[in-house]
Amino acid sequence: MTVSPRHALSVWWRNFAMYRRSWALNILPNFFEPLLYLVSMGIGVGAYISEMGGTSYLTFLAPGLVAVAAMNGASFEVTYNAFVRLNFEKTYESMLTTPIQPEDVLAGEVLWAVTRASIYGGAFLIVITGWGLVDPLHALLALPLVPLAGLLFAALGIAFSLRIPTIELFSFYFTLFLTPLFLFSDVFFPLKERLSAAWYPVAEALPLLHPVRLMRHAFTGEPAWVLLWDLAYMLAFSALLLWIAARVIRARLRG
Amino acid sequence: MVVRCEQVSKRFGAKLAVDALDLAVEKGQCFGLLGPNGAGKTTALKMIYGVTEPSAGRILVFDLDITTHTREIRARLGVTLQENALIEVLSPVENLRVFGRYHLLPADVIEQRIAGLLDFLDLRSHANVPVKALSGGFQRRLAIALSLMNGPELLILDEPTTGLDPAVRLALWNRVRELRRAGTTVLLTTHYMEEAERLCDALLVMDQGKAVARGAPSELIRDVLAPETLEVELPAGRHAAVLERLNGVRALRSGAHLMLYAKDATALLDAVRRTEPEAHLVAVRPTNLEDVFLALTGTKLEAGA
Repeated sequence: MTVSPRHALSVWWRNFAMYRRSWALNILPNFFEPLLYLVSMGIGVGAYISEMGGTSYLTFLAPGLVAVAAMNGASFEVTYNAFVRLNFEKTYESMLTTPIQPEDVLAGEVLWAVTRASIYGGAFLIVITGWGLVDPLHALLALPLVPLAGLLFAALGIAFSLRIPTIELFSFYFTLFLTPLFLFSDVFFPLKERLSAAWYPVAEALPLLHPVRLMRHAFTGEPAWVLLWDLAYMLAFSALLLWIAARVIRARLRG
Repeated sequence: MVVRCEQVSKRFGAKLAVDALDLAVEKGQCFGLLGPNGAGKTTALKMIYGVTEPSAGRILVFDLDITTHTREIRARLGVTLQENALIEVLSPVENLRVFGRYHLLPADVIEQRIAGLLDFLDLRSHANVPVKALSGGFQRRLAIALSLMNGPELLILDEPTTGLDPAVRLALWNRVRELRRAGTTVLLTTHYMEEAERLCDALLVMDQGKAVARGAPSELIRDVLAPETLEVELPAGRHAAVLERLNGVRALRSGAHLMLYAKDATALLDAVRRTEPEAHLVAVRPTNLEDVFLALTGTKLEAGA
C-alpha cells in the first residue's frame, strides 16, 4: 500500500482548517518559549560566561534553540493531539470511510507536524536573524534544517503515540525523553567536552544532537565531515520510525 | 448487485466475530442488518467498506473486490459511523468542506454539495455555529450529511437513530426514503425493530456472528412466527400446562407474561380461557418484528411441548 499525496494533503488540510481558527491559542505561546530561554540563559547566565565554543554564550545558544523549537513544534502535534484523534475523537476512523487509507493519515499527520515545527523554528530563526545573532545568508542555510529536525521528532512522536495504550504515558515521553534531550544535546554546553571518549557513542545516539550540530555549523558556515553522519542519522532514523509507524497505524486502524 | 459477501468470516484472536456470512444487497434496496449487541453487525459493515480485512471469504461492492479496489469503492459509498466524528470547534459548513476534501472534490462542487445538504438535512439555521454548541439531533444530521458529501451510490448507516428523540428519528427516516427514491442503495444496522420494519425491504438477523434468518419483514414474521400474537398474563407456574395443551404453538415467555403466536389469535384466546379462566388478556395484535427478533436472538423460546 502506498501513500496518495493528495489524500495525505487533505488530512493535512483538516488540521490546518482547525488551527487556522485557534492559532493564537495553540501556536503563539509555544513561539515565546525559545525566546525566553535565549533571553534568560543567553543574557542572564551569559553575563557570567566569557565565552563558550569560541563565541559569546548568547551566540552559542541560538542555533541549538532553533532545533529545539522545531522539536517541540513537531512533538506536541504527534503526541497528545494525534492520540486524541486516534482514540477519543475517532477522527481517523471517519477518514477511513472515505478513500483515505491509513498510510495517508500517517503522511498527513507527519506533514502537519513538520509544518508546525517549521512555523516555530522558522519564526524563531527570523527573530534571531533580525537580532543579529546569525548572518542572514547562514540563516538561509539553516532554514531547510528546520523541517528536517521536525520530521525526525514527528516520526519519533507518532511511533510512540501509536503504540501506547493510555494518554498518561506521554508524561514519560516528555519528562524522561524530550527534556533530557533538550538539556544534554549540545544546546547549553558542548556535550563532548564534558564526556570521556568512552561515552561518545552514547552521545551520538541522542536524536537532538544531530540537528543541533548541523544548525551550529550552518550558523557559522563551516563545513565538516561529521555533518554527513548527522544528515544520514536523521534521514535513516526518520525513515525507520515512519516504516514502523506505517505498520502500526495499519494494524491499529484496520483491526 | 451492490454488495455481495460470500462466506465471509472475521476472527479476532480466539473470537469468531463474523462466521461464514453470506449477504447480498441489490441496487435500490434498503437492507437491514439486525442483531443484539456484539452480534457482529459493525464488524460486517467494516469489512464491507474495507477498513477491516476478512479472515476468510470474499466481498464484492459494485462488483469490485473490496480488498483490491478499496479507494475506488469508498469514493462511491458513504458511511455514517455509530459515533459521530465531528470537528467540534468548526461549523457544519467547515466540517462538510473538510469531508469534501477527503474525497478530493473540486472547490465549486464542494460548495454546491454543501448548499444542497444544508437544505436536505435542515442544517441551514446553524450552518456557521461551532458544532460543540449544537444539539445531539443536529450533530447526528450533520454526521449523515458528511457521509453524503460524495453523492454516494451506497449509503451505510451504523445505528443511525440510536439516542435520538422521536421527531428527529421520524425526520431522518423520511430523508432515507427520499434518498432511496433518488436511487441510493441503503445498508443499515439498527436495534429498533420499528425502524427496520418501516425502512427496510430486506433483513438479515445476526446472532453471535452467524446469519440466523433473512427475508422481507413480512416474510420473517410469517416464517419465523405467525401473523397474530396473543399476549396474556398468567402465573408463570401455569405456562407449561397451557403450552402442553396448545401442542405446537410457538410461544415466548417473560415472567408472568406469555406471548403466543398463531394465524388466529382470537380463537387461541378462547382455547386458553377454557382451562385458565383467570388468564388476564393483555393484547391481541399483529405480530411484529420485535417478536421475531426476540424469538431468534433472545430470551427463552419454547415451541409447545
